Amino acid sequence: MTAISSSGLTKRFRGGQLAVDHIDLSVPDGSVYGFLGPNGSGKTTTIRMLLGLAFPTSGRAELLGVPMPDGASRVLHRVGSLVEGPAFYPFLSGRDNLARYDAADRTADPRTMPDRITEALDRVGLLSAARKRYRNYSLGMKQRLAIAASLLRPRELIVLDEPTNGLDPQGTREVRALVRQIAADGTTVFISSHLLAEVEQICTHVGVMRTGRLVFQGPLAELRRTGAARVIVQTADADAAVKVLATLGLSDAQAGPEEASAALGDAEPERICAELVHAGIGVRGFSVAAPSLEDLFVGLTGEGFDVDG
Amino acid sequence: MSTVDIPALPAPALHHPVRAWFRLFSAELRLVFLRRRNLLLLAVTAVFPVVIGIALRVAAPQPQNGRNGPGVAFFNQLAGNGVFLTFIGLSTLLVLVLPVVVAVVAGDSVAGEAGYGTLRYLLAVPAGRTRLLAVKYAAIVVFGLAATVIVSAVSLVVGAVLFPIGPVTLLSGSTIPLAEGLLRVLFVTLYVAAAMAALGAIGLAVSTMTEHAIGAIATIAILVVTSEVVDQVPQLAAIGPYLPTHWWLSFDSILRAPVDTSTLLKGLLSFGVYVVLFGSFAWARFTSADVTS
Repeated sequence: MTAISSSGLTKRFRGGQLAVDHIDLSVPDGSVYGFLGPNGSGKTTTIRMLLGLAFPTSGRAELLGVPMPDGASRVLHRVGSLVEGPAFYPFLSGRDNLARYDAADRTADPRTMPDRITEALDRVGLLSAARKRYRNYSLGMKQRLAIAASLLRPRELIVLDEPTNGLDPQGTREVRALVRQIAADGTTVFISSHLLAEVEQICTHVGVMRTGRLVFQGPLAELRRTGAARVIVQTADADAAVKVLATLGLSDAQAGPEEASAALGDAEPERICAELVHAGIGVRGFSVAAPSLEDLFVGLTGEGFDVDG
Repeated sequence: MSTVDIPALPAPALHHPVRAWFRLFSAELRLVFLRRRNLLLLAVTAVFPVVIGIALRVAAPQPQNGRNGPGVAFFNQLAGNGVFLTFIGLSTLLVLVLPVVVAVVAGDSVAGEAGYGTLRYLLAVPAGRTRLLAVKYAAIVVFGLAATVIVSAVSLVVGAVLFPIGPVTLLSGSTIPLAEGLLRVLFVTLYVAAAMAALGAIGLAVSTMTEHAIGAIATIAILVVTSEVVDQVPQLAAIGPYLPTHWWLSFDSILRAPVDTSTLLKGLLSFGVYVVLFGSFAWARFTSADVTS
């Protein structure tokens, strides 16, 4: 079963801007799915549609097999969520804020509420600040309270939108540990981020968004495999080296200053090296480099700052 | 709708829709009534009848035969009976204070949640859009009722302390026993609360259209004043009966013998129409709009 699936999910804002463009999500049960993409690539809009907060212009979405937004009242109590930062009543304490959300849940048992709130606060390490007013919480505490709210009930799926936004490295590490713990309980975690490094250590699957389109989706290992390794030859005679690489059937052969490179493909590096030497090219250095995950990510989403659309 | 099979998870055992509704409703009431700003509003509302009562005791108004209208009639009666301070209090505060008190809570109801961002979390719980809106409106009605009852009750107490109390002489001239007079006070209070419930529906509708509570509150207050001003223009008398504020002061119909039921019913009909109209608008808007806050 898939925890989240969508087909052709599309959102066009009233201004005409296409925020989400026909995306087909498939989040396997029990996975930790990293939903990646630069700011403004449509991640939050997608999450809002998945949770029934925004209505799709076209396409379908299902949460735990239940169509959204129509099935919201049937399925959302099995889903915990953090959408676009924490939001609580500043004049209420942390505990009272959680009680407020719990009271809105028609399937929650009011008799177990105090225990459930205590447990959720304990899990995020906020028990000592439970009576403190929300307005006096630090940013990290606010973020943790939001995660506590998503843990008020046993959940099958947790959706976390940028859960480490605005956190210091210490807070980021805490959230990461918490997500690991949640996932270890068998809960599917859907976690969005604009930073690959932030989720790369905990994700089993990734989906990469760019300008409203899902440009990659699959297991993290598969994303790694898409990174084509290249041979890099350091030589004074780059042009001749490129010719040799091309005759060996390597694609994308390029000459640079004192350097020639080409996609490795299925070729054996040892043979390439031997052929170069055989062709009389003075090889100063020879290496095979696989791009880092970060490079792949940037390759898919474009360099930072150029938020398209 | 609720017959979908829910796998594995500890099934929501006590899934009782009515009980769950009241749970959310009481949480909403706590939020509204324990909020310091709203308590302050109610306290200010309670101070007005005290000030009015003392002012009228110190400087007893001269009978003003040259002018007419229920307000003037109440003032003329007050010197003889403290019960009339209730009607003076209500008719005075109905001009602006009570509507603004209701506007604050109604304008804040949805817009305030949107502004805090808590609306998206309530809907993700899921509170249910229709259910949340119904609870919000019910809380507005209760708050309007509370404010009205406070005005009546404080007026009654202050009136009893500062003025003689006894059989009530109605506006039509006949006199009824005090007990029956108090019953009429109750009816007047409920009538005014109904008027505030109608205003609350307008306020709720305005509140669904923005995420700025202050903007919603100001809009509602401006609507009230505009309606009152238009109602005073003789050339626009034709549209008067359709204005939301037109029937608010018609509670003086209760203080006649026999009671002017036709005017009262017209007033109640007007309130009902406003509740249905703006309630439907709020519902249509709230159940179809994207939550972007």
